[in-house]
Parts: sequence; C-alpha cells; structure tokens
Amino acid sequence: MGYWTNQLSGPTNPTTDSGWDDPPARKGFFTDTSICIGCKACEVACKEWNAIPEDGLDLLGSSYDNTGSLGASTLRQVAFIEQSGDRIAQARESGGRLVDLGMPAMRPADGPSPELVGQAATAVAEGEVPDFRWLMSSDVCKHCTHAGCLDVCPTGALFRTEFGTVVVQPDVCNGCGYCVPACPFGVIERREQDHFEAGTPNLGVAQKCTLCYDRLTDDQTPACAQACPTTSIKFGDLDDMVASAEERVETLHANGYTEARLYGTDRHDGVGGTGSVFLLLDEPEVYGLPPDPQVPTAELPAMFRQAGLAAVAMLVMAVGAFAGRRR
Amino acid sequence: MTTNPLDADRPPELPRPRRGGGRGGGRGRHRRDESLMVPDVQFESYYGRQVVKPAPWKADIPAYIFLGGIAGGSSLIGAGGAVTGRPALRRTGRYAALAGVALGGLALVHDLGRPERALNMLRTVKLTSPMSVGSWILTAFGGFAGVSMLCEVGRSLPDQRSWLARALRAAEPPATIGSAAFALPLASYTAVLLSDTATPTWRESYRGLPFVFVGSANAAAAGLALITTPADQNRPARRLAAIGAGVELGAAEWMHHDMHPLVAEPLRQGRAGVMLRASRVLTTAGALGATLLGRNRVGAGISGAALIAGSALTRFGVFEAGLASARDPKYTVTPQRERRDQRRREP
Ligand code: SF4
Ligand code: SF4
Ligand code: SF4
Repeated sequence: MGYWTNQLSGPTNPTTDSGWDDPPARKGFFTDTSICIGCKACEVACKEWNAIPEDGLDLLGSSYDNTGSLGASTLRQVAFIEQSGDRIAQARESGGRLVDLGMPAMRPADGPSPELVGQAATAVAEGEVPDFRWLMSSDVCKHCTHAGCLDVCPTGALFRTEFGTVVVQPDVCNGCGYCVPACPFGVIERREQDHFEAGTPNLGVAQKCTLCYDRLTDDQTPACAQACPTTSIKFGDLDDMVASAEERVETLHANGYTEARLYGTDRHDGVGGTGSVFLLLDEPEVYGLPPDPQVPTAELPAMFRQAGLAAVAMLVMAVGAFAGRRR
Repeated sequence: MTTNPLDADRPPELPRPRRGGGRGGGRGRHRRDESLMVPDVQFESYYGRQVVKPAPWKADIPAYIFLGGIAGGSSLIGAGGAVTGRPALRRTGRYAALAGVALGGLALVHDLGRPERALNMLRTVKLTSPMSVGSWILTAFGGFAGVSMLCEVGRSLPDQRSWLARALRAAEPPATIGSAAFALPLASYTAVLLSDTATPTWRESYRGLPFVFVGSANAAAAGLALITTPADQNRPARRLAAIGAGVELGAAEWMHHDMHPLVAEPLRQGRAGVMLRASRVLTTAGALGATLLGRNRVGAGISGAALIAGSALTRFGVFEAGLASARDPKYTVTPQRERRDQRRREP
C-alpha cells in the first residue's frame, strides 16, 4: 500500500520506483548560498560543457544578475539580491521564528536550543546586523522526487536516470511544451525556434539541467560543481548532501545567523523533497523560489474524478435533450 | 534604509512596472513612486519575476479545446439523431464531429515544437500525463468519428445492396456507440490537461472546470446543429443549447466561488476578464435565442452562432487567465505562503 500511495506524493525512492534494479545511490546537489561569491563560474561551466547557444546579451537592471531566470538555454542561474539592514533583520527574525518552531530540517539533534535563539535576538538588538548585504544563490533544476515535468510528459522523453535525476531525451521530445507549466519551480523550458538561427541544436525541444548525466556515467563531477571555486555547489550522494546541509545550518544558527534555513530537504513537502537542496539566507520567494511547491500530479486522481463526473453530466445533458416528445 | 554619500548622486528612481508584481497582494492598482511607498510588503519577490513558467502554447491550444468540445458534443447529437431517427441531426452531428476532431488534431500538431514528431505522442501510454491519456482518447474518437462519417456516406450510395453499403450499415451501431463513448472524455479531459500544471488559476479551478467545459461543449455543438439543421428537426438542439449553456454558466459561477479569491482574480481582469464577460453575454443570449426563436430558421442560426462564439471565448478566456496567473508571482507565492503558514500553525 505504501508503495502505491507514495507514487504521486510523499517520501519515496524515485529510482527504484521507476524500475531501476539495484541503482547507485541517488545523486544531488547541496547549494550553500551563504558562501556563494556570485562569480558565475557555474553558469559559464554549464554553458560550455553542454554547448548551450547564446540567448541574448541584456542588461536587466537587477543587480549583477543579467541572466534573469532558468530556462531553455540557462541551466544554472546565479541570483543577486541587494538588501539593506532592515531586510536583513527581517530575514533573521523570520528565520528565528523557524528555529523557535523547531522546523524538522532546522532542529539541532537535541532540539531547538534556547541560547541560539537568544544569541540571534541579541545580535539583532545590539545592532550586529550589517547595514547591507548581497545575497547570491546559484539556482538549478531541483531533480524532484515527484517531478511534475516527468509525470506529465506524454512522449516519455523525460525519464528518471539510475542516479535518481530527471533528464530529457532531446531526440524523443516533440516539443509539446506540457512539462513547462507542470514544473512547480519554473525550471524547464522549450527552446523556441524563433529566438535562434536555424541549425542551433535542440530547437523546439524542452531543455533542463541533466545533472550532467553524461559526466555522471563516467564517474565525473557535474561541470558546475567542479567549476565552483568556493564549494558553494557541492555534489554527491543525496543523503550526504542533506546531512551536510543540516550540519551547516546548525553551525550558522549556533553563530547567531538565524536567517539561515534549508530548502528542499523535507521529504514530506509537496514534491517529496528535492534532489538539489539549498541553504538560503532569507525566505525562498526572495530568491524567486516557490515557498511551498507542490507537484501538480499529487491531485491528479481528484482531477480525473471531477472530469469523469463531468463526462457523465455531459451524457445526461444529451439524453435529456433528446428525451421526450418528438419534433 | 541606509544612506551613504553616494546615494545623493543616484539618478531618480524610474518607474518599474513589473517590480510591484510581488507586492500588496492585489492592492494598489496605481503604482506610485517606489521610493515614496510605505512598505506594505506582503512578500518580497525576485524583481517581480514569475516563479512558475507560463505554458509556451499559442492560440492553437484553446482552439483545440474548443474544437474538441464541439466535436464531442456533435458526436452526441449525431448519435442521438441516429437513435431517435432524426436524419438531419444525425448527418450534421457526424460530419461536425469528424471536422472538429480533424481540425483540432491539426491545431495540436501545429503547436508542437517539433511537429514532425507528432506521432511520438503514441509512443507510450502514461496515466500520469493527461496529454498522453488525451492523445489516446483523441485517436480513438477520431477513428470512430471517421467510420461514422463513412457510414453516413454509405447511406447515400446508389446501390444499397452492394457489399460496401452492407458493410457500412453493419459498422454503424458500433461506430455510433464508440464515438459517443469517447466524446465524453474528449470534452472533459481538456480541463484536467490545464489543471494538472503549476499554473495557479488552472490548477485551482480543477473542481469546476470540467463542468464548465462539458457545458460549453454541448452548447457549442447545439449551436452548430441549430445553424445546420432545418427548424422542424432541431428541437433536441434547442434543448441542448439551453441545458448546455445553463450548465456552463452555473458551473462557471460556482467555480469562481470555489476558488481561492486571489487566484480567481485573473478570470475577472485583463483580456481574460473581457473574453469571459463577452462569453457570458453571448452564451446567455444564444440560449435565450435558441429557446425563444429557435423555431425560426434565421433566429436559430443567429442563436447558434452566438453559442459557438461564447464557447470559443470561454476556452480562450480560461486559457489566457492561466497564462496571466503564471506571469505574476503573487498568484504563485501568496497562496503557497498561506498554505505553509497554516500548516505551521497546526502541525
Ligand atoms: S524542478 Fe522542475 S524541471 Fe526540475 S525535476 Fe522538478 S519538476 Fe522537473
Ligand atoms: S516538451 Fe518534450 S519533454 Fe516536455 S512534456 Fe513534451 S515531449 Fe515531454
Ligand atoms: S549539473 Fe550539468 S547540466 Fe546541470 S547545471 Fe550543472 S553543469 Fe549544467
């Protein structure tokens, strides 16, 4: 029973669920934004390794982020957010509330520590909050446990690899575009024909991070993680990634940085936990991440049930129209 | 806010139209100078940019949803006409079913990023993908509708005792049943197609949308039958027009109330709001016209056209509202924050 109920939501091992026998450990990223320096080496390495075409050189007026968002030709994107002291204090306070609540992912092994909360309060009270900060975060596909993109793909172009990651087969995808609105993180996108010159690879086809499938099969580290000079992007077995994320957030809390919080580590969230986990220093939406993502298919049985009832209603309407006296 | 000497040299703040997207949760239609604004921040978005991506679909997709609906409804009218012995309805229903499904299929293929790979849709059967399920429904319906149409042609073959005419007569009952059976999911699954996404307004409407769509499908098909059948045979079409329009309008009303108020907002404003208001007017007028003037050939034709236009506008309006809801981060973030905070309050 547990197997079936967890096929659309909840914690599960997506690799064995998709029929891999004896797969290697699930792989993932831990992106620690607290040590990201915004160098964009990951963006460049990803573009280079995957031979992604240039998709416009624009100045967007959003700090040093001139990339904008993840998309068909941007599989890594470094976000930049400039914050003043009051915003930092707010972030510290909202994070402190999470520590108070003892959120599963935030709780040190022996329960939320009162001194820690106290330290943060003192830091805020004594004005130890800097008056400016730059948030930098390298965003990427989350390689969800329950991946909306994968669930809805009608051709089977999207598939679950033996590493538990989600990859598009560009030679199978027919560009139906259904995966694009189905991703709760707004990651995957179709490479539109009209934006590129003819002959560009994979035109009209959905594109997303492959977690460097072609490198993983050769025991290599993904290009972005390899290029990251600060180890802000860590790559490894997902369990280890989550463990080091939890360790790191505890350390930060212990030092009074209650604004630190984890994203994607909760296996009971709406997508069954993500394969790329993040340590953030403010609310997720500040970074353009959804605060409580949910895989659309979680509600698919209810949706089909409504459609079934509607189908019956349609038949009843027609029978009603034809029933009764002739003429 | 902090100030430093360089702040004095900053150029004046330019109005940034999208920046306010994440603020104020629907309030503040008039954007004031950001620097003068009292912070009424409900959440801070990333430069007002969208969180989820809108579907990359063009007008082909709402057109397909409309055509699939009219094809499904027409096939029911054709089957009803065959069963109750109304040749005009039978004929028009069968031709319209095939024409609708063929045009709809073409629209679908046209919207693909790689139309030459359209047949990859039939590479697998995938129950978690409404588009895969729908492709199979469409294929089955298309097959039955095609045979039904051939049977209709067979009825007018000069030699009714030839083997061809007899074979077509034998095929008629199963083809009629099959096309009617697949007409029902054809008209309703398109609601699931839209709802099974992270697009806030589509997803949130999943309880009511299938009923709106089947009502709209029946109303449009009845409208087409009103245009194409003589007035002395159109009684079922008149009744279906009224019933279908009533179900569509009622279900739409209920759907609005059932949805999170913020997420229902895109259905009322902007281009989508205009289209859906026009759709309500046309559908109401068409249903009234069909009921009151339907015995008159001209009255029936005009009412039919109004119903068809109303149905098309419903589909385009819902489609457009979804895209608008995906573009503005507040529709994604606000309900999610509410849900999360609710959970945190009562674990
Ligand atoms: S983040 Fe989006 S694109 Fe990546 S696996 Fe999850 S649903 Fe798919
Ligand atoms: S665009 Fe390609 S990958 Fe995305 S759902 Fe369609 S076939 Fe699958
Ligand atoms: S894992 Fe590979 S494809 Fe994914 S973001 Fe990193 S470099 Fe790009």
